[in-house]
Amino acid sequence: MAAIDPSNRGLRLVTRYLVLGLVALVFIFPVVFMIVSSLKPDQQLLTDTGSLRAFLPVGDISLDNYFAAFERAPIGKFVFNSVLVTVITVSLSLFLCSLAAFSFTYLEWFGRAALLSVILATLIIPFETIAIPLLLLVSKLPWIGVEGVTYGWLDSYRVQIIPWIADALTVFLFVQYFKDLPRELIEAARVEGATWWQIYYRVVMPLSGPVIATGAILKTLKMYNEQYIWPLISVQSETYRPVMVGLQYFFQLQIAWGEVMAYLTMITVPVLAFYLVLQRAFIASIASTGVKG
Amino acid sequence: MASKLTQSNSAGWAFALPGFGLIALFIVVPFFFAFGLSLTNQRLVSPNPTEFVGLANYKNLLGVGMITLEPERNDAGEILRGQDGEIQYPRVRNYTRKNPDYPHLDGMREWFRWSSGDNAKVVLAKDVVFVKALKNTLTFVVIVAPLQASLALLLALLINQKLRGINVFRTIYFMPVVISIVVVSLLWRFIYSGDNGLLNNILGALTFGLFEPVDWLGQPSTALGAIIAMSIWQAVGFHMVIWLSGLQTISPVLYEAARIEGSSAWQTFKYVTWPGLRNTAVLILIVITMQAFAIFAQIDVMTSGGPLDSTQTLVFQAVERGYGKQDISGGSVISVILFLIVLSISLIQRWLTREKN
Repeated sequence: MAAIDPSNRGLRLVTRYLVLGLVALVFIFPVVFMIVSSLKPDQQLLTDTGSLRAFLPVGDISLDNYFAAFERAPIGKFVFNSVLVTVITVSLSLFLCSLAAFSFTYLEWFGRAALLSVILATLIIPFETIAIPLLLLVSKLPWIGVEGVTYGWLDSYRVQIIPWIADALTVFLFVQYFKDLPRELIEAARVEGATWWQIYYRVVMPLSGPVIATGAILKTLKMYNEQYIWPLISVQSETYRPVMVGLQYFFQLQIAWGEVMAYLTMITVPVLAFYLVLQRAFIASIASTGVKG
Repeated sequence: MASKLTQSNSAGWAFALPGFGLIALFIVVPFFFAFGLSLTNQRLVSPNPTEFVGLANYKNLLGVGMITLEPERNDAGEILRGQDGEIQYPRVRNYTRKNPDYPHLDGMREWFRWSSGDNAKVVLAKDVVFVKALKNTLTFVVIVAPLQASLALLLALLINQKLRGINVFRTIYFMPVVISIVVVSLLWRFIYSGDNGLLNNILGALTFGLFEPVDWLGQPSTALGAIIAMSIWQAVGFHMVIWLSGLQTISPVLYEAARIEGSSAWQTFKYVTWPGLRNTAVLILIVITMQAFAIFAQIDVMTSGGPLDSTQTLVFQAVERGYGKQDISGGSVISVILFLIVLSISLIQRWLTREKN
């Protein structure tokens, strides 16, 4: 190949960055618009969409929309509910799914293969296809509480937590990871008389940082971001509603867009901040769902 | 390797049971419930006992028929025309309301019609909203799956270059994936809005005012397309990352060889990159297809199925009936149909990947 003309090479580099930058604009403009608009009064917000001012924090900038949004809806309550449900579900999920995966990977027991195939088969059942029968099921389930045995789980935290704890994908991720750990470690611990619980707790879990991070990120996104259809149908009162369903307070006939943008910014920016700090881990966890078993 | 060392029925069951039990109770049981309920007339709350109705629910959903309407003629045999000159046809309801000559059309309503000569062919459906939802969902999937997969591949190729600062771009392209689809939908409702909408203004500025503002979500011809574009915008980064991990499994030696042979960029893609991505391609298409069939939040937040049912989808209908109208069996039937579609697609996937191995 002939020598490359240096000016030509510089031009190609500029073109590459230009293309990358234009594509980046497509992905970033709605987010910038959301954050900037949350600071503007409705009247200005609407007129600013006609120019580049839509993306700039100029004009009458204030936090008024945030105060108004707090007055319109019990936002603190929604955030508390979402965080509570997410934290409990994610922790229990990581614990119970890793425990099951440990058993499937390292122990020999009767029925192991059958149970594992049932779990993996549920991977192809979209939640949306079982939402309605699950609604009927949880409306009849018993619960033992302070007031004795009651029936029906609707309108509670438990209806948002318990059905979501165990899932095939998390079990699968742990099984994939455990398979690659050196078996000699487990056998050596066994020879030295460690119980299975000790091996799980003292040997395997301390080595499982990466898969725990992956599982935690995926499950947190699922519980915080994607919990919409289920709480919409299983939780009626605002006492237990999470942030995504809380959005409905802002679907008025005359939508106050400034307040909407303030609410959207409040519930989105924390996740975005986590993502920006941990972006390698986020991207690696999504990539690992693409690994074929 | 089975050995005394790792054999333990009691520990095995004890460790696996909590996780398995939860999956069994909250996924497997409702799954079989869906099939059972779809054969009954179960409601969420009902004073009457539940009855077994067989396949009646399925017939009510899937029943379609067709009639050919001949023009109305006067006594001389001339075709009657309306004020605008359009041909007058007998009303469809003459055939579908207890007409003893057409028992199979009873209770059906018009879905769509077209003219063939002087006659009009009318396609009827028992449940017009359901067939529209089915058609829209299939349209959504058939457009989104290939488009999103190929855009994601383009982005992955773009981001796979060795350039200073490329990570910044990767971070930005992936960002919408970590934003809730509910948030994205509400945000885009504003972007798409007809008056003062951001999209109209941007298009207007780019064409120096030539572009006529469109109420993207407010008219049947653009609503579904607008939702498709937004859904791709939100999810394409997810599949970009999966393509990227596929790209990185391709040995650099192959690229080196292609370079020495003097192959063009397109040849390199065709003979080195693409063959290395076969399995990734199948996986990505399946994942997108499964996700696309489940479309709900966008519809609920942006259009509620409208305008004129142009954005009805299967899951939206399942929820509207099962929860909104408390018609558990009605929602279950749609769920079962959705599951059967998804199942057949993943069976096709198995079949496609089996051949390669």
